Amino acid sequence: MTLFIEQCLNGLQFGLLLFLLAAGLTLVFGIMDLVNLAHGSLYMLGAYFAATFAAWTGSFVLGAILALGATLLVGMAVEVIAMRRLYGRDHLDHVLATFGLILFFDELVRLIWGAGGMSLPLPSWLNTSVRILPGVDYSAYKLSIIVVSLSVAGFLYFLVMRTRLGMLIRAGASNREMVGALGVNIKLLFTLVFGLGAALAGVAGLMQAPILTVQIGMGENILILAFVITVIGGIGSIRGAFVAAILVGFIDTLGRAYFTDLLRLAFTKETAATAAPALSSMLIYLLMAIVLVIRPEGLFPASSK
Amino acid sequence: MVELLHVENLAKRFGGIVATDDLTLSIPEGELHAVIGPNGAGKTTLIAQLSGQLAPDSGRIHFGSNDITEMSMPSRSLLGLARSFQITSLFLDLSVLDNVALAVQAHSGHSFHFWRNARREPELRDPAQAALARVGLDARADLPASALSHGEHRQLELAMALASRPRMLLLDEPMAGLGPEESARMVSILRDLKKELTILLVEHDMEAVFALADRITVLVYGRVIASGRPDDIRNNAQVRDAYLGEQEAVHG
Amino acid sequence: MTSVFNLRTIVGLLLLLALVLLPVYVELTGSRFLLTLFTRIAILALAAVSLNLILGYGGMMSFGHAAYLGIGGYAVGILAFEGVTTGFVQWPVALLVSAFFALVIGALSLRTRGVYFIMITLAFAQMAYYIVAGLARYGGDDGLTIQKRSQFIAPINLSNKVQFYYICLALLCAAIYLVWRLINSRFGMAIQGARSNDTRMRAIGFPTYRYKLTCFVIAGTLCGLAGALLANHTDFVSPAMMYWTRSGDLIIMVVLGGMGSTFGPLFGAVALLVLEEVLSGITEYWQIILGPLLLLVVLFARGGIDGLLGKVRHG
Repeated sequence: MTLFIEQCLNGLQFGLLLFLLAAGLTLVFGIMDLVNLAHGSLYMLGAYFAATFAAWTGSFVLGAILALGATLLVGMAVEVIAMRRLYGRDHLDHVLATFGLILFFDELVRLIWGAGGMSLPLPSWLNTSVRILPGVDYSAYKLSIIVVSLSVAGFLYFLVMRTRLGMLIRAGASNREMVGALGVNIKLLFTLVFGLGAALAGVAGLMQAPILTVQIGMGENILILAFVITVIGGIGSIRGAFVAAILVGFIDTLGRAYFTDLLRLAFTKETAATAAPALSSMLIYLLMAIVLVIRPEGLFPASSK
Repeated sequence: MVELLHVENLAKRFGGIVATDDLTLSIPEGELHAVIGPNGAGKTTLIAQLSGQLAPDSGRIHFGSNDITEMSMPSRSLLGLARSFQITSLFLDLSVLDNVALAVQAHSGHSFHFWRNARREPELRDPAQAALARVGLDARADLPASALSHGEHRQLELAMALASRPRMLLLDEPMAGLGPEESARMVSILRDLKKELTILLVEHDMEAVFALADRITVLVYGRVIASGRPDDIRNNAQVRDAYLGEQEAVHG
Repeated sequence: MTSVFNLRTIVGLLLLLALVLLPVYVELTGSRFLLTLFTRIAILALAAVSLNLILGYGGMMSFGHAAYLGIGGYAVGILAFEGVTTGFVQWPVALLVSAFFALVIGALSLRTRGVYFIMITLAFAQMAYYIVAGLARYGGDDGLTIQKRSQFIAPINLSNKVQFYYICLALLCAAIYLVWRLINSRFGMAIQGARSNDTRMRAIGFPTYRYKLTCFVIAGTLCGLAGALLANHTDFVSPAMMYWTRSGDLIIMVVLGGMGSTFGPLFGAVALLVLEEVLSGITEYWQIILGPLLLLVVLFARGGIDGLLGKVRHG
């Protein structure tokens, strides 16, 4: 039973991480109609920056903050240099151009940091367990991920629903031209939104760094999941991304944990071990296929948020 | 007189907006029936429902002896109901002749032919050339469709509708954006076509409407407020108030 | 628009001629490695030809095309592993399985449009990747070695590098010709019309879904053939063959070469792979140049190499 609670919390934590990543993607997609495959690269940079700055400053938290700032800057630079020229173009052009950016960033990281990947060790005060329920201990760091992610989600909610910028974002998601016609500085708005997306990706990247990975190509692996979440949730909808991300996080985590056991009933250990992650990944794609068939616009189409 | 198109109690809403309001309409074979009304009256929505692009919320549509309400666009086209588009919707990256040949191809059986060069097939090319000649575009046949002027696009639209040898044409503002010369040309083309086809004509150009129409239906906010012969419509007080009055003021 | 003698066609035919004569050059200069490189180019060009059919001509932006390379390759690999080494069984199976998957994936994906289509083809390819990576018996993540190449009757011997090269080249030429005929037929016109304006096609009476699906299946099958060839070429298959970034590579080839043109895929495959070789000789970080290069092509030379050749003619 305790194991189940732990897995559920893991699912929640993974889901929240995915939400941060997908939120940026869906924002950019919804507002600027931009398909950004290089979103995963920003996620990767967040992790690498955090590992580097933490090592330089000796402080995990300081490293994280610096990494956040650095990713934000890189994101805005990319927007100004490359993305601006892509607005209004065919989605195929976006896919091709941002795919080129993936190649570029992967190599850049290899050039600067080498092919071996990095690690980001946790400071001792985070590297403990917390007793959340009688008899249930959970990793303090993972708890803090949950807390931080929920705070960011709350902040996003506040930003989008209660501020002027948020109103522009919501208006832009349903009608881009109108917002321009209202005399808003669209260029600046787009740069800010892209920067926000980059920052979110960076936060996701740096938070998972101590527990998952810091290596080249990590962006590509998780990008697909982020896109799937965006599609399931509804393009341009942050609420949709939240629901879909939690759903996917649970399915993936619980799937991996329990499929192995389930399969071991019928098959050998190695077969089960190899097949389980495959099955749980497939489940997510199956979910997306089903959603697309029943509700092609996603669960929460952008017109509502 | 055989009724070719019969529309019964057609209705369509978009959220709070009523686009088509309990619309009933009958068009006998051989008639040119014009549908007029102010902007937002639901004329294009009507054509979209007739051609199958949009599904009505309620009501039935009968074409000849078939109830076509549930039929797909391709099926209606194959039954002989063709439409032109208000906003130019052509195959811009293909040649003018290719555009029309595709319309011919759609009606000459299936397209699971993988080997023979379609551009060299007389069964496709000849009727296409003929349709282009009908609308006066045969000299421009080999140009890419994107190279044509707006007026020529409207002519090409018409040629494509003709190439499928329809029984009835749904024309959505064929005169839109045409200058006086081009309009006159379009009117004479349509007058010729009247002799062999049934036509539902949605138009704003009142001169053309009164020159061509056998009967006119007036639509306001999706409802039919009057329907009858041109003279009756011209003299109908309600119609004048709603629509023609503005038009006459504009035309002086 | 399809006149035969213009610069693009001439360059294309000359390139094919050069490829035919390549083994002679290799014999004279002893650069064996060129033969290996160009065999790979021929195979990937074949895959690119198949992608060009649906992407360039059909306008269907499939981001999961590499899946068929994997499916065709694994058909050969799995059969070889289980003791069925005759090509007369392996290759038809590879084609049939690819066709089947293309049918299923296409039937579901073609109900969607635009970016949803991209995502769903991507998702299916990833599913295939995960299925294969989950098969412990066939190597899972590590892949599967193929001990013996596909056996046919003597004198055909795929282990003979020159012979194998000519077989790949012949199949490539056949594919280019096939697609050319296909695209100019009634079927091809229907596909091109659907790309140009799908709504209009349906309005004039074409049930476009069935034609696009057929096209999708043809392209998948052709790519499955490329997969079978690739398996033989590398004597190895692994799930990495179908990872979504490989689909990206194929798309790059098609776009770089010029979408919707006869020789575009060939130009693209040659350009990309030769560029890879040349650049990696200069620096091991060559992708740093490739990335922005792709961006520039998208922004400024959208018609690819074929487009540039076309411009030269019209001045």
